[in-house]
Amino acid sequence: MLFTLAWRNLWRNKNRTLITMASISSAVLLSVTLVSLQRGIFDNLIRNVVSFYTGYVQIHGKGYWKDQTLENCLPLSDSLLQSVLHTPGVAGVAPRLEAFSLASFDEKTKGCMVVGIDPETENEITRLKDKLIAGEYPEKGGQGLMVAEELAKTMGVYTGDTLVLLGQSMYGSTAAGKFAITGILRFGAPDLNQRLVYMDISAARAMYDTGEGVTSLIVRPTDETRFRALAATLLASLSGEADVMTWEDKMPDIVQHIETDTASMYIISGVLYLLISFGIFSTLLMMLAERRREFGMLVALGMKRGLLARLAVMESVMVAFLGALAGILISFPVVWYLEKHPVKAWGALRETFERFGFEAVFPTVLQSDIFISQTAIVLVLALILAGYPAWHIMRLNTVQAIRS
Amino acid sequence: MEKVVLDAHNVSKVYNEASAVPVHAVNNVHLHITEGEFTALVGPSGSGKTTLLNLLGGLDRPTEGQIIVGGVDITGLKENELINFRLHNIGFVFQSFNLIPVLTARENIEFIMLLQGATRSERERRVSELLKAIGLSDKADARPGELSGGQQQRVAVARALASKPRFILADEPTANLDSASANNLLDMMVRLNREEKITFLFSTHDQRVIDRARRVVRLVDGKISEDTQ
Repeated sequence: MLFTLAWRNLWRNKNRTLITMASISSAVLLSVTLVSLQRGIFDNLIRNVVSFYTGYVQIHGKGYWKDQTLENCLPLSDSLLQSVLHTPGVAGVAPRLEAFSLASFDEKTKGCMVVGIDPETENEITRLKDKLIAGEYPEKGGQGLMVAEELAKTMGVYTGDTLVLLGQSMYGSTAAGKFAITGILRFGAPDLNQRLVYMDISAARAMYDTGEGVTSLIVRPTDETRFRALAATLLASLSGEADVMTWEDKMPDIVQHIETDTASMYIISGVLYLLISFGIFSTLLMMLAERRREFGMLVALGMKRGLLARLAVMESVMVAFLGALAGILISFPVVWYLEKHPVKAWGALRETFERFGFEAVFPTVLQSDIFISQTAIVLVLALILAGYPAWHIMRLNTVQAIRS
Repeated sequence: MEKVVLDAHNVSKVYNEASAVPVHAVNNVHLHITEGEFTALVGPSGSGKTTLLNLLGGLDRPTEGQIIVGGVDITGLKENELINFRLHNIGFVFQSFNLIPVLTARENIEFIMLLQGATRSERERRVSELLKAIGLSDKADARPGELSGGQQQRVAVARALASKPRFILADEPTANLDSASANNLLDMMVRLNREEKITFLFSTHDQRVIDRARRVVRLVDGKISEDTQ
């Protein structure tokens, strides 16, 4: 009976109920879309950043991150590689050997970061092949170099030229070699574009005399959202043989940016929910004013105040639930559409994005937890606000209410 | 021997007690109502009729005195006990029709029995009886908005009867009715009183009610000035 009564009471003043529901559903729509968009943009940003260079998870030799010298490189035995590859959640692994060297051509010399890679596995993680703007992407075991565009310009080299690399081997002796340039790469990040030189990892190992050593093992997770758990699993399975870092550990400035932006979104959502609260509360106030006499009459007839308060709470939660449900039903296709057809940046913003190697799009993500959490917030708000009529009913003066 | 359903001793209600000018709405009233009475509480506006009715019905608490209903001193009951006592012992008919607008006539009557925890079959049987008694069986599924003022008041009487109370308090039940509706309602109440020994206590200005009452209690300035018993 209580439910029937609450449900029918809801439709006593259809317009008011519909207006309240509309305000709640609009706020849910806005909030769900904004949160989905923000999460989509961040996921895209992370994907972009991670695909630049770092990958989601990296394994290093002990102490390498603090002291990045070849002495701290990780001896990559076959058993270690297999152990990592067979860790649940690992989709692929790309070894890297990074060493600072001098690049020389003709009379020009410039410092650069030589990166020894396995071309196939590296491409799976960082989509390196997509950054190739001239020449050819090497096969495994190839002897050529791929040079970053700006570095190539500074040095005045192009594909077909030969570059001399001069560095220091793992044991302190001079490491040098002459290599033909087979490709030119373009990176979004200017820093990378001015200093990277790629070569096959076997050639790099030979030049820097690291044997089986690598400076990093880039791990590709099967589920990108579970990279933290994967890092923890890897750390445990490596039992202290190596350090495991996530992209968050390596790029705390990006993490901080996301946190700051998320905090701003919380403020925007807070304002939205404050508006919803005013909407619900004003409905409750009107309902109280209109039905004061009825409440007094019901208490006079013998309806316990607690039961009457439950009726008021039920009505408030019902209108909030219906509003939130309508909001979700509307927002679902909106978020879905914006996920499939993301908003594209235009003009100068697009150029800036593309210059830095980012996709110039703002996609949403369709994630159930966003819908659930927004509904839960609205319901909790309604429950809190319904405390007022409940409190009012518990304190109602029956005689005055009947006379009102 | 006559059965006393309501016994009020030395009942007073003072508003603004602490102020320099306290208002004695009800002043030292003694009143005994026995089963089957059809009593009208009359008096000019401000004489304390409604206040006394509220006190007798346990809606308000007296400043002084005792009100005993069916052997229970209701002035000593706690708020929730009082609500429960009203539910099982006192029926109310208010001036304005005060039905729940979203419930049908049948549901309005049934509502009280639901609060009492009556079984479904018991409710259905009683509601049918009451609808028949008030002559509105054909309007069972109509909502209050679809009923005339007189019909709404009849449903209110049926609702008051649904809980099988010891007596019914009716505060100006004909005040908002046209003459024909008022007469119909009163005739119905008289019939219920005669045939089923339902005890009615009215607060009223209405001469039609006074004419039908077997006992008239007149209040002036919160005191009983005349009792035709």
